[in-house]
Amino acid sequence: MKEFKILAVVVFFSLVTYWLVEPLAHSVLHKHVDSNHFTYADLPALEKTGDVANGKELVMGAGACTGCHSLEVAGISASMDPVTAASSYGVNPPDLSVVGAIYDDKFLAALIKDPASALKVSHKFDPDSGKMHPMTQFYGAGGDMDQEVADMVAYLKSIAPKAEDVTPAVAFENACGRCHSVRYERWTQMGEKPMFKFKKDEYRFDANVLEYQEHLTKYMGKLPPDLSMYYRSRNVHFLETFIEDPQSHMEGTAMPRVGVNAESAEKVIEYLADSADTLRDDRERIGMYVMIFMLVFTVFAYLWKREIWKDLH
Amino acid sequence: MAHFEKANSLNEWLDQRLAVNTLQRVLQTEYWIPKNINFLWAMGMVLAITFGILLVSGIFLLMYYQPNVDTAFDSVNYTIMREVGFGWLWRHVHAVAASVVFLIIYIHMFTGIYYGSYKKGREIIWISGMLLFVAFSAEAFSGYMLPWGQMSYWAGMVITNLFSAGSLELNGVVEWIRGDYVPAQAFLTRFFMLHVLLIPLAILALIGVHFGALRIPHVNNQDGEEFDFDVEAEKYKAGDKKSSKVIAFANDFLSKDMFVVAVYLVFFFYLVFWNYGFAMDPVNFDPADGLKTPAHIYPEWYFLWSYEILRPFSKDIGLIAFAFAQVIFVLLPFLDRSPNAVPARRRGLFFIWFWLMLIDMIALTAMGKLPPEGIYSTIGLVAAVAFILLWIALPIITMFEKKV
Repeated sequence: MKEFKILAVVVFFSLVTYWLVEPLAHSVLHKHVDSNHFTYADLPALEKTGDVANGKELVMGAGACTGCHSLEVAGISASMDPVTAASSYGVNPPDLSVVGAIYDDKFLAALIKDPASALKVSHKFDPDSGKMHPMTQFYGAGGDMDQEVADMVAYLKSIAPKAEDVTPAVAFENACGRCHSVRYERWTQMGEKPMFKFKKDEYRFDANVLEYQEHLTKYMGKLPPDLSMYYRSRNVHFLETFIEDPQSHMEGTAMPRVGVNAESAEKVIEYLADSADTLRDDRERIGMYVMIFMLVFTVFAYLWKREIWKDLH
Repeated sequence: MAHFEKANSLNEWLDQRLAVNTLQRVLQTEYWIPKNINFLWAMGMVLAITFGILLVSGIFLLMYYQPNVDTAFDSVNYTIMREVGFGWLWRHVHAVAASVVFLIIYIHMFTGIYYGSYKKGREIIWISGMLLFVAFSAEAFSGYMLPWGQMSYWAGMVITNLFSAGSLELNGVVEWIRGDYVPAQAFLTRFFMLHVLLIPLAILALIGVHFGALRIPHVNNQDGEEFDFDVEAEKYKAGDKKSSKVIAFANDFLSKDMFVVAVYLVFFFYLVFWNYGFAMDPVNFDPADGLKTPAHIYPEWYFLWSYEILRPFSKDIGLIAFAFAQVIFVLLPFLDRSPNAVPARRRGLFFIWFWLMLIDMIALTAMGKLPPEGIYSTIGLVAAVAFILLWIALPIITMFEKKV
């Protein structure tokens, strides 16, 4: 039938145009980066089995982790408030309560031994130029260093919640939230912004955040962007591969590789989706209703047309 | 004072005062359309419905949108998308309709070109249609400024810069258009006004002219056949609907239109809910930042062909070619010198011209988005030159066309 031939021509040229300006153009415009599925193949595997009790002593020991990091689950709170910490280190050091659940084991071990290489920021912190990464590397407590590192990782994992109990917000706040704000979720680099009764309290809070951001800007070279709309301004594949290794997309960026495991990366992306595409489930659901309505409408429209045109042909 | 009889029904009462029965006859039951048409003749109705969708969704968005450089982005992406009930739906509907309306406009345009529906008394239909295209383009561009994202800002920067007219360096004109040295508050507010008031008014007026222009020459048919509408209408009214060459606008034509509209809406809502990315560029979900130019700046897909005519040449020649591309379609009825108002397939060389023009515009569209490097800029240059040559060739090839 003639009408179908015409329709085929219209559809063909529309689809060709679509394919050219969307899939083809975007594959050319954007750098292609393959995902390694958070395997961190460049980092050595953990060969020793860690001892939790020994790990606890090493983590809590004098001059070790808790000198700078808080460990809320063990009752050790931060020695400095976030602003002072940021002024000392550039960024507030994370609490270690959930790190065992969020970060990859190999990554944690590599981080303890050599932070700048594990984080892939050696281009920024080069000991020869006198710039040291603010996190001091672990020089060993006198025994077998690999064993000691394995013990610390084992301890951190033993106190952390199960990976499936980590919420998207906790994953995001730990892995990203000390550098990035998400204003649509009221998240600031210093935590969630509370609702204030008095304006002066809100100003005080905002002033602290601004001060924190100033230190952070000095440390990173530029204030890390607010991520409220990143789920829509970047695609999921970009977010995955960028979180896995920022250098793969932006060579020389000051953003460290954060070393999250695959489950936590998924949660971080879910958090970003909740911020930027909050009502996506409604869209799916209502889309189905609208489609059903339109299909029924089409059937009736066809029946009406047939009824009217039977006198015309 | 006129004399009025007591009316026996509401219809009669209204008819005495508004002549509703005459209106219905003139606009619907005795507004004659050729019977020999295909679904492409429903694109006018599809456009009218899409414009209606844009108008209604726009009204809902207007209740929450804030034309302020500090709050515009959040009023769209936070307030409308998250807080307002079904705000996300209206926003997606508006964005997708704004993009799809151009697909339908292009189909409508190329249908007119193919069937020669711009000739022999139908010139005003064509010209008012092209003015509508210009008005829709301005509406699309001004609307694109409103979310105040990165593409809004930088597209606004690039397009307003065109008015400096290349080497003439009319920077004063650019500042006058922007109301500032760079796109800022004055710029946003005036484009807001243009988008929600002045251009929609112009579109409504032009739609009136476009519809009015159809009255005297009548709608074309798919064989370009000339016949006496009055004779055929008499046949129809006498009950011989089967052999009459005309049908009534309502319900005959309308029932077919509505079926096409229904199929179109299935496609449209599929795009709204599941495939909206083409109409909502990811880059525009980054807030406007005057200190950070995006890696690639490109217009929405429907402007790409004319953007690519601007791009491959040096500054001044590019601007002249761009200006040429903007006005040349309006002149089509006068550049086509052929005496035939029949479908392109019966017009020899013009048939080839038609398909070359379509393919060339698709090539320009594709190259307009790809980065201007290597093979892409070569293809772009060839396609842009071909576009100009095709228009120069048109009067020549049609002049020698034989009367069919």
